Amino acid sequence: MTMTSNLAELEAEAVYVIREVAAEFERPVMLFSGGKDSLVMLHLAVKAFCPAKVPFPVMHVDTGHNFDEVIDFRDRTVERLGLQLIVASVQDSIDHGTAIEEIGPRASRNRLQTVTLLEAIATNRFGAVFGGGRRDEEKARAKERFFSIRDEFGQWDPKNQRPELWSLYNGRHRPGEHIRVFPISNWTELDIWQYIADENLEIPSIYYAHHRKVVHRDGMHLAVTRHLTLLPDEEPEEMLVRFRTVGDATCTGAVESCAMTVQKVIEEVAASRVTERGATRADDRFSEAAMEDRKKEGYF
Amino acid sequence: MELLRFATAGSVDDGKSTLIGRLLLDSKQIFEDQLEAVERSSRDRGFDYTNLALLTDGLRAEREQGITIDVAYRYFATPRRKFIIADTPGHVHYTRNMVTGASTADLALILIDARNGLREQSRRHAVIASLLRVKHLVVCINKMDLVDYDEEVFNEVRDKFSKFAERLEFSDLTFIPISALDGDNVVTHSQNMPWYGGATLLWHLENAYVASDRNLIDPRFPVQYVIRPMSRSYPDYRGYAGRVAAGVFRPGDEVMCLPSGFTTTVQSVEALGTPVDAGEPNLSVTLTLRDSLDISRGDMICRPGNRPYSGQDIDAMMCWFSERPLSTSTTYAVKHTTRNVRGRIQSLRYRLDTESLHRDESAEHLVMNEIGRVTIRTTQPLFYDAYQRCRTTGSFIVVDEATHETVACGMILGPAT
Repeated sequence: MTMTSNLAELEAEAVYVIREVAAEFERPVMLFSGGKDSLVMLHLAVKAFCPAKVPFPVMHVDTGHNFDEVIDFRDRTVERLGLQLIVASVQDSIDHGTAIEEIGPRASRNRLQTVTLLEAIATNRFGAVFGGGRRDEEKARAKERFFSIRDEFGQWDPKNQRPELWSLYNGRHRPGEHIRVFPISNWTELDIWQYIADENLEIPSIYYAHHRKVVHRDGMHLAVTRHLTLLPDEEPEEMLVRFRTVGDATCTGAVESCAMTVQKVIEEVAASRVTERGATRADDRFSEAAMEDRKKEGYF
Repeated sequence: MELLRFATAGSVDDGKSTLIGRLLLDSKQIFEDQLEAVERSSRDRGFDYTNLALLTDGLRAEREQGITIDVAYRYFATPRRKFIIADTPGHVHYTRNMVTGASTADLALILIDARNGLREQSRRHAVIASLLRVKHLVVCINKMDLVDYDEEVFNEVRDKFSKFAERLEFSDLTFIPISALDGDNVVTHSQNMPWYGGATLLWHLENAYVASDRNLIDPRFPVQYVIRPMSRSYPDYRGYAGRVAAGVFRPGDEVMCLPSGFTTTVQSVEALGTPVDAGEPNLSVTLTLRDSLDISRGDMICRPGNRPYSGQDIDAMMCWFSERPLSTSTTYAVKHTTRNVRGRIQSLRYRLDTESLHRDESAEHLVMNEIGRVTIRTTQPLFYDAYQRCRTTGSFIVVDEATHETVACGMILGPAT
């Protein structure tokens, strides 16, 4: 299948950004969770340096509350590509006392990821951290640059971002600061799926429709896993579902779907009337500025 | 499906955010959860109608103040095209954000409030779009509902703007009377303005012919990264990775490498692992060459018979971004294509008044958001073209070496005169 000019241009732009970082930074790292956006980004990195290997390690901030299918996919992918994987564990941060576990049945480790991420960046002295964030995901992300500077506390200052012109990226920073880099900024959810189809990429099975036990909570279908504490009145029910986003198992909802192939998923996404985060993410539902606030703290 | 990048600029009250909200809503790109959030928020704030601007103003401070502070990027697609909107604030204090948004745009959309007519701000937006060589300009005369859909009002603004635009460079200029609030002539033709026989805004965006804007004539390949696998399967492979800035590169082409001046032949063009017949503008590719030469990041591959300028003394239009004014005694870092050098701004020829186009030759500084013509001297030669000819090889940014801030951008005019 030939790629549409739209995807070819987005691919060329992302590859340019990835190569620019490899050329200008001493210690880059690419975040890789096994989710669809990060695997597209990793695939772009593989293509960017072909036939050489990707010249930087990948890192997963592991909440310990992941879907088993995704962790399995992560490990197989890293092994197949011969990459170095760094796992930064939220459990370790909790054990060291730098992160404090939320309590109650709605407890999530989503927010704690920021602590672990910043610790790992500092320990490894990473100067650039690639993330698979997209501007169409959320309104605070719509304001993000390709190269986004974070101060020594990992904070994003949305009112004081560097002007970013043409494709001339400024990655200069002081020791202790780092740059977050978003190569797929201009991709939409549909672009990601069309690219997965065009490039015939393997993705974790939970992105396709499957039977699963879920509970209905806060307007979402949460998967019943060993990480989820059921509320007293909650009755698990088996449904045919798939995941549109894959994050922490405790706050990522499934959507009802019978899309078992990538083409069916594309049709479903194209017809969808709800954003992927609106459909599936409890973490963005706290307030109008939930994402902006988390990003200011150093979240991706 | 083609990609069209367009930039919008507008002031606080022109209704720019409302227009974008309308485009997204009427092309069914607004999702139910987003619309619900905006309806809820509009109600909470006591507005009479759903404030579509809340869809685009993403930062807390923007929503609180009801203004757009920073560039926001928005996406929508129709069966014909995918669009990336750089939504920029219109106020003079945000000229740098407008310049940023326009730098990657194929088309600029300017909004004028029909009640107020042509004001300084609209002139400034047009001047900036022209300086950044955005070749297609669409002027939407908005809030036609508040002037009784009067054709005379539209004609007057159109004529004034056209007269002003004669002094600028656009390859096409289009005027559309709209009401963003009600959607007139945005996606569907207005019943209220039967006198308008032109296209709707969306039709125009879908059909504006931008393919011819690509430079296919001057082959330019700034080397971004040298790929050397040093593996058993590829012991001697040496590929030059980069994005084609202009022109087309094919296997067998004779090429020249700068600064060395050596010539060789293109052995293969690889599009991310796959050999292809041609590397076209904007594509990220890898070139392998027949001879092994000393080529590194920042070098330029071109054709022996079609070379860019090479030199250290360059005239450019410069937009200043920083609170610290332009200084002729400071050495700055300069990034041009993939080449990092240092440079000093030798002289400021004039400051350009972006509303009247007046050139102030007595100006001694550029302060934040000002634009002027400068001569810059770099520590190493740059391989460049006039910005007018090629955006990629004709542009650079200036970085303060002490603060690491991006303090200015430059659009190259040519060798210093």
